Amino acid sequence: MKSPLRKNKSKRLPSKANRRSVRRAAQAARRSTNGRTNGRAKVPKFKVLGTRPIRHDGADKVTGRAIYTADVKLAGLIHASMVRSPHAHARIVSIDTSAAEKYPGVLAVVTGKDFPNVADKIAELGEGAVNLAHLSANCMAKDKALYKGHAVAAVAAASALDAAEAAKLIQVQYEPLPAVTWVLDAMKEDAPLLHDDVYTDQMGKVGKKPSNVAKHLIFEIGDVKKGFASADLVIEREFKTQTVHQGYIEPHAAVALWNADGHLTIYSATQGAFTCRQQTAEVLQVPVSQVTVIPCEIGGGFGGKISIYLEPVAAMLSKKSGRPVKMTMTRQEVFEGTGPTPASFMRVKLGAKKNGKLVAGEAWLAYDAGAYPGGVIGPGCMCVFSCYDLPNARVDGFDVCVNKPQTKAYRAPGATHAAFACETIIDELAEALKMDPIDFRLKNAAKEGTRRVDGPVYPRIGLVETLQAAKNTPHYKSKLTGKNRGRGVACGFWFNIGLKSSASASVEPDGTVALVEGSTDIGGTRTSVAMQLAETLGIPAEDVHPKVGDTDSIGYTDVTGGSRVTFATGLAAYQCGLDIIRQMSERAAMLWDCKPQQVKFDAGVFRNGRKSITFKELAAKLPETGGGIIGRATVDPQGATNGFGAHIADVEVDPETGKVTILRYTAVQDAGKAVHPSYVEGQMQGGATQGIGWALNEEYFYNDQGRMTNASFLDYRMPTALDVPMIETVIVEVPNPAHPYGVRGVGETPIVSPPATIASAIYHAAGVRMRELPMAPYKVCKAMMEKASM
Amino acid sequence: MGKKLHVTTTINGEQVEFLCEARQSLLEVLRDVLGLTGAKEGCNNGNCGACTVLFDGLPVDSCLVLGVEAEGATIQTVEGIACDGRLHPLQQCFLEGAALQCGVCTPGFLVAAKALLDKHPHATEEQIRFELSGNLCRCTGYDKIVRAVMEAAKEMTHA
Repeated sequence: MKSPLRKNKSKRLPSKANRRSVRRAAQAARRSTNGRTNGRAKVPKFKVLGTRPIRHDGADKVTGRAIYTADVKLAGLIHASMVRSPHAHARIVSIDTSAAEKYPGVLAVVTGKDFPNVADKIAELGEGAVNLAHLSANCMAKDKALYKGHAVAAVAAASALDAAEAAKLIQVQYEPLPAVTWVLDAMKEDAPLLHDDVYTDQMGKVGKKPSNVAKHLIFEIGDVKKGFASADLVIEREFKTQTVHQGYIEPHAAVALWNADGHLTIYSATQGAFTCRQQTAEVLQVPVSQVTVIPCEIGGGFGGKISIYLEPVAAMLSKKSGRPVKMTMTRQEVFEGTGPTPASFMRVKLGAKKNGKLVAGEAWLAYDAGAYPGGVIGPGCMCVFSCYDLPNARVDGFDVCVNKPQTKAYRAPGATHAAFACETIIDELAEALKMDPIDFRLKNAAKEGTRRVDGPVYPRIGLVETLQAAKNTPHYKSKLTGKNRGRGVACGFWFNIGLKSSASASVEPDGTVALVEGSTDIGGTRTSVAMQLAETLGIPAEDVHPKVGDTDSIGYTDVTGGSRVTFATGLAAYQCGLDIIRQMSERAAMLWDCKPQQVKFDAGVFRNGRKSITFKELAAKLPETGGGIIGRATVDPQGATNGFGAHIADVEVDPETGKVTILRYTAVQDAGKAVHPSYVEGQMQGGATQGIGWALNEEYFYNDQGRMTNASFLDYRMPTALDVPMIETVIVEVPNPAHPYGVRGVGETPIVSPPATIASAIYHAAGVRMRELPMAPYKVCKAMMEKASM
Repeated sequence: MGKKLHVTTTINGEQVEFLCEARQSLLEVLRDVLGLTGAKEGCNNGNCGACTVLFDGLPVDSCLVLGVEAEGATIQTVEGIACDGRLHPLQQCFLEGAALQCGVCTPGFLVAAKALLDKHPHATEEQIRFELSGNLCRCTGYDKIVRAVMEAAKEMTHA
């Protein structure tokens, strides 16, 4: 008998064009410099994992048919526009909406008064927690506007243009207050105070006076004083970074329908339907069962679409008007009214022995939280020394309120800042000790058993393998020649998380499987999850039809964040597959008149002795053996295990303008097991490019009134195709023992390394150590001029 | 609400008539009046390229064109790139090369890339990067997009 798999395949690919396309994809994969894998551990053979099928939602996305939230149309749909504070800090004295209400076409107006008071309560959102009172006030200000762009009122009208016109008629009387936007200024005793109910929490000890410093974190390991005393070489430096935005191309959008029966349905550009539902229900003070969230296709998130902004406002406008309401942000609103990643000030010190062994580290990190406490300082502190085996270390971290939009997660939140500081000093130490920067890192690299400064001991991780792979890249082995050119390297780390995921799948009579899972798909995870189910069932990836469920059609699933979906939702799909196999074994037992335990399943075939039946054949017999089969699984796995990367950059610095050109760039990373190598490479290339933008160009410029002065894509300069070269990738595979297929998260780690990598390359090209981001021409030029005048 | 004007134009090969306000952009007309939501709004001021359409064969940001300017013009949107139920080589190469992640910039890139290859069938990497620099992608780092366009160019010139 021919292999069932091959039979399925030939049936699935009847046309010449299709066969050609598969062949071509395989050739492309072989040809490309990308996709080389490198790892010492023995990797089991897979049929589906490691291949590069076309993503299941691909056709919709290249033909313009995929429905994003702004594309949603409902009968009777009306449109809303937000009124936002022009002041960075102001008391709201009064709001007069009467003229707007009279404007033709206007159907509803809301202000802070329309929203219930929400108690001071912390809600866990999966990746990070939120104070619900702050969340509510961030969606719609009550008595105070805390940043320029803070929402203060909203209007719904027949058309978006009418709503925008009517919004201009809302009269808000403000009492402007002094504003503070730089983190160190906000920490001063006499700084303007944002909240009179925020007190400094220092490891559980709460201060007596209200303060902008919401939290002072301390982590300590070993004896730092002794450690530094034993060092032959100590380097201490200060670093600054500016506010940057995730920069997703799709602005936030929400459509809400508060129906006459009290049920609220929301279509949203959210990274997590269930967390969106929870937040919205809490802000509106209705039970979660009264809210359905339908996640639409999402045009990028990077952590910035976990928090809600528009959903409760659209809902309240719908309640008032009795109509479905659509709200979309303008690009300016996205920059000024949603959560970027913080600006920071960091002082970091490292000590090493002459033999190249690190002995002590100290870090003092202050990250701004934006308008409300709860920024990303925590992970920043945990990440700063995470790549190294450091026996003695102390980290002090400060979460500081400033008059800027509340900061939110941005791809490996908090880690990129910290790595910029730590890795730059590592580079200086390696130079001073006359060691190769990769060898120096290898000598000190964290490995299984290393304890992090914040406590956890590493399980099996792949930093050493990643660094060795980086050393062996053609890029690192090549010689860089030419004037004003330099090469840099740096490491990167991200935790990765597990959290809760659900999947359910029904077996179709033709042997295909319809999969519903709860993770919103931002970068191709439908496919990476479906491939794991296909592998489990021994069927081709194309025979699984994945869908992202809404909150009524799938079990609880946490946000798409923390690089967790391919790991955790993939695990749910795997367990869902096992559930299907168990049930189908019972059917096979029924056909063969034996016990289900006697039925064995392997590579898509059920067997008992000499009897066998393929998955597809058995699927066709389901109607006559008791009806359909639905497998299901919910998981909350531990052991996501950490992701490590190493980047290499060659740059050329223009000696006259300070402009940095990236000549060559390589990203190396441990993926555990690359389920779909093309999308793993895509994460590495995309993360690296975001990091390059952060390193070289991106920053919020604030004027002295605390207003952002570059809130457009023209003036907030993200990398274009012309600004970056091809990004070479090397995937290292050190399997994660906590996942049946060895999967680790990959999405976030690649943004962490670029700023330090490029700073090192700039130093080797131009002789200047850059310790402020972005390393824009104006800063590099200034540094070179200062060096020349010395 | 302003007075509406009558416009006759050709979109994706079909003659289309619509009513729009003088202040409405072509992007708004395509999305809100005609239901062609393939073109996306990313910035509404001509800096991201997500709304790129071909206007008499030239790539334009449809957010910077008024709906009424479409009178008598020939417009092609992402919805018109595939023909007779078959994907255009660019679309096929984007899929095979994993040249999209979230997909929201993809329609703009496809239209801009089509304009480029229509004019320069043998476009080099440098040319592709230059011509596509008006389209922002935040997910891919451009590597796989540029490769997909190069692959499509190869295929179209060999066909």
